[in-house]
Amino acid sequence: MRRVAIRGLLSRKLRSALTAFAIILGVAMVSGTLVLTDTIEKAFDSIFSSSYAQTDAVVSGKKLVEWSQTGKATVSPDLLRRVQALPEVEAAAGTILDMSGDSNQAKILDRDGEAIQGNNPTFGLGVDPGDETFNPFRLVEGDWASGPNEVVIDLGTADAEGFRVGEQVQVAGEGPVRSFTLAGIVRFGDVDSLGGATIALFDVATARQVLDKTGFDAVAVAARDNVSAERLIDAIGVALPDSVEVKTGSEQAAEDGEGVGEFVTFIRYFLLAFGGIALFVGAFVIFNTLSITVAQRTKELATLRTLGASRRQVLRSVVLEGAILGVVASAVGLGFGVLIAKGLTALMRAVGLELPQASMVFATRTAVAAMLTGTIVTLVASVWPAVRATRISPISAVREGGMVVKKPSRKTLVIGLVLSALSVAGLVNGTLGNDVSALVRVLGIAGGVLGLFIGIALIAPRLIRPLARLVGLPGARLGGTAGRLAQQNAIRDPGRTASTAAALMIGLTLVSFVAVFGKALLASDESNLRKQLGTSHVITSQSGWDTVPVGAGEAAAGAAGVELASSIRGDRAQLTGGGEVDVSGVDPATIGRAYNFEWIEGSEAALASLASGGAVVREGLELPGGGKAGVGDRIGFLTPAGKRVETVVHGVYEKHGDLDQLLGQVVLSQAAFDRSFPRPADLLTLVQADSTAGLEHALVAYPDAKLQTGEAFIASWTKWLTDVMSLFYVLLALSVIVSLFGMVNTLVLAVFERTRELGMLRAVGMTRRQVRRMIRHEAVVTSLIGAALGLPLGVALGALVTQSLSQYGVSFSLPVVPLVAFVVVAIVAGIAAAVLPARRASRLNVLEALQYE
Amino acid sequence: MNAVLELQQPAGIEARTVVAAQDLTRTYGAGETAVAALRGVSLEIPRGHLTAVMGPSGSGKSTLMHILAGLDKPTSGTVEIDDVEITTLRDNELTKLRRRHIGFVFQFFNLLPMLSAEENITLPLSISGAKIEREWLEELLDATGLADRRRHRPAELSGGQQQRVAVARALVSRPTVLFADEPTGNLDSQTSAEILGLLRGAVETYGQTTVMVTHDPKAATIADRVLFLADGLIVKELGRSSQAEILETLAEVGR
Ligand SMILES: Nc1ncnc2c1ncn2[C@@H]1O[C@H](COP(=O)(O)OP(=O)(O)O)[C@@H](O)[C@H]1O
Ligand SMILES: [Mg+2]
Repeated sequence: MRRVAIRGLLSRKLRSALTAFAIILGVAMVSGTLVLTDTIEKAFDSIFSSSYAQTDAVVSGKKLVEWSQTGKATVSPDLLRRVQALPEVEAAAGTILDMSGDSNQAKILDRDGEAIQGNNPTFGLGVDPGDETFNPFRLVEGDWASGPNEVVIDLGTADAEGFRVGEQVQVAGEGPVRSFTLAGIVRFGDVDSLGGATIALFDVATARQVLDKTGFDAVAVAARDNVSAERLIDAIGVALPDSVEVKTGSEQAAEDGEGVGEFVTFIRYFLLAFGGIALFVGAFVIFNTLSITVAQRTKELATLRTLGASRRQVLRSVVLEGAILGVVASAVGLGFGVLIAKGLTALMRAVGLELPQASMVFATRTAVAAMLTGTIVTLVASVWPAVRATRISPISAVREGGMVVKKPSRKTLVIGLVLSALSVAGLVNGTLGNDVSALVRVLGIAGGVLGLFIGIALIAPRLIRPLARLVGLPGARLGGTAGRLAQQNAIRDPGRTASTAAALMIGLTLVSFVAVFGKALLASDESNLRKQLGTSHVITSQSGWDTVPVGAGEAAAGAAGVELASSIRGDRAQLTGGGEVDVSGVDPATIGRAYNFEWIEGSEAALASLASGGAVVREGLELPGGGKAGVGDRIGFLTPAGKRVETVVHGVYEKHGDLDQLLGQVVLSQAAFDRSFPRPADLLTLVQADSTAGLEHALVAYPDAKLQTGEAFIASWTKWLTDVMSLFYVLLALSVIVSLFGMVNTLVLAVFERTRELGMLRAVGMTRRQVRRMIRHEAVVTSLIGAALGLPLGVALGALVTQSLSQYGVSFSLPVVPLVAFVVVAIVAGIAAAVLPARRASRLNVLEALQYE
Repeated sequence: MNAVLELQQPAGIEARTVVAAQDLTRTYGAGETAVAALRGVSLEIPRGHLTAVMGPSGSGKSTLMHILAGLDKPTSGTVEIDDVEITTLRDNELTKLRRRHIGFVFQFFNLLPMLSAEENITLPLSISGAKIEREWLEELLDATGLADRRRHRPAELSGGQQQRVAVARALVSRPTVLFADEPTGNLDSQTSAEILGLLRGAVETYGQTTVMVTHDPKAATIADRVLFLADGLIVKELGRSSQAEILETLAEVGR
């Protein structure tokens, strides 16, 4: 029986290959994701550990606030001198090398005077020319930067922009643009590429000046010979202030990598989810193909039974077929993963997320995970067809007629209906239910969607006839007899058409959901920003999320034609007894005209109290003792600089939506902000101006400052949402492609089954073209059934989720253009799937076909 | 050796050749394993005749019919249908020719399971985009006794009824020639007789030129002319004959 399984697979090569592809793609996505994220992780590891390669101990500010714009508290020069004086210390140097946050940003300008952009970090770092111990860079050309007028840049940027040693390069740090002589070109440690990041490297004194830092990021220390790291750390630890700590180099590297590590982990699971969806669709395809194969082999299997094969042997032979398929497909998919990793890198670059690369990491874990998931999914999908095979009785061997199309069974329908009902209940409870725990919500939604897919696939055989009649109408009209026959072919075996269409339905449901949900979020985000913004123009950094030097806002305020310019500082802080919050520093005199406050508590007068050290807070700010902050409440927080700030709430302003906010949860005066936060800079400057000529002139010295109209600003601030939607579309396309293989498969099997019929049609006058058209139309009918199931389901899910978010101002509306586009995609998909089967059908030799049994 | 035939014309029908074949040979395969299915066959099929082709199994009957109908190409020789040389036509031209000139009845009825009896009958017309003449269709339905079964699917019809649908389908486009390959090969003697009656009736009533391949002597009794094939050659020809005469000739050529 084992030989029967293997021979069977080999004798149906094309079919086996097509079936395998359904699994290969999903497995490739899984292994590709793991390869990619491992590689990125290694690259970051190597970046961070190179920073501390020769370093026995690091003295640095404690990380008080995550994702701060300004990084950690700096280490004072005074402390450096004290460390240098210790007897255990061989060498110690103040460094400006922190690459873990956004604190060391200096933008290099291209030859057109534009900041070299992307959503990538633009590091400004400091290394002293004589320092060989702690320098993680390697000189490729020229010399180290020395003195206030020299800079060194990274090889990637130099290559990309064509900069040569000796020429002038413009750099914008925390201040106006300055010109530097390019002293040399470096590469960083062993890393091939830093992604899209740029590096401007100065000597330490110049770096501090460019970055407006009073101290150092860290003091790197090398121990004397025969002084252990522990002893060194103990010795340094004795005289450290509160805001500063000492660690070994590798501990520091690990800490620097934490944030990035979380980010990479998020990307890993995000991408794996799409691999999972592709595998789920693949399971449908496997199930369908094996079911058809078993039906077509009825006679063969029955003959085996008459020859004495037991039910169990039949079961084993079909499952074995699945197992071999699964193992081979997984192995191939594992290999394809490398290609997928490359594709994903390109995809992320396209949405502005360029990540550093090291040499490819292919972990054992990747191989194990890919092989296991692929094989298990295939095995599970082959169980039911195998069970069905065991139900073939030996008598079928001698019975005429071979294949019998079974009417969709009542039991299947009932199971499908019950499953769908349960899933809908879970979904409604998960989205609209009150007082439901997060876990129940997630289980309700995820399980509900999954269950609904299976449930609808079970009900679908009953829906095929009416749906085929509906979606086949244009084809039957346009395609003549071929079109009509195609429509009828599609409903010949409703079960088969149903599960083929259901595979496509899954992908189409998910993209429709994304379209509905994305449109709703985008509309609500835009309208919420419109409600907040009270001026005609906005100045941001080029990227939109970096800060802009304070000077830019001040220059704008003084520019000709400007009626009002109100700049908003921004950073994060650690709320005493609570979580992290965004804090804004505003100009109390102008903010009331630039931002449309709507007061929940207090009034416009609260803004005046900012000048005397008060605060206004956004609606819903949680207090440490529970409850929401109101007028009169005291709040305290810790800034990234390590300063504790205490203040009193004078007003509570209304929150507009949850996505994009112009102001933080806590709003202070700029004077108070600048006292407590390190190196204050502006996130936004809201400008009311009739003409922009004067403004543009005033901003020339700040190339990273970007002036936009209010609407353009809203569009660019919400662009991340469209980017995320595009990313979803591309990743879901993978599942659609998987279902295409299923469609090709079903059609090839149908052509094979209908050989004699095709011969007769050709004999009575059907041309090859008509044959091709007939197959093509059948494919389009199938894919349109997939769309007819998937689009409404996706829209319904989208409506449910938007409804559940209605309290946040998210409201449902039908995204007509994307939905029409998806229908077109379905049609094109059907046509593409039909190419190969149609060619096979039209090339059949009429005579052989007629004689075919 | 070529067997050139003298035609025996039934009285009252003007003999005009509809299908003419010259020196047909057909060899399957090449070299050692080559099989010569036809070794030089020439014949003419007159309009309005029912010609039966008989011979032992493997004698080349089906091969001959396929070549005459333009489904297969001869290794050498020519076939003319209505004075058109068909052996050099391309696939598309052949398909068009089949639509206009040729009807088929197969041993296995080859109906489309998802179409009704009526739809199966009109299938050749809808494929070629020709108009369906209602009267003609009704006449065919009546003649084949399917009028009250027109909405039934093949699965709901008996074997004999299915073959009657096939005969009606072959007649619906009023083909120049109707080819039937073992039309009774899959039927019992009772239903066989019905089908043969239908075929003969078409010849009588509509003057339908028909070529029927069969190995059933009883079937051949309805033919105006019986050609005997052996080893790829026409070895004998009879006019309208009785079952006994045919059996005798078969035994003769079977040697
Ligand atoms: N496709 C084919 N390939 C090889 N040999 C064939 C093929 N078709 C028919 N033959 C051979 O040609 C000869 C005539 O076959 P056929 O015309 O089918 O005979 P009949 O219909 O009289 O039984 C037989 O010997 C048969 O084996
Ligand atoms: Mg034959």
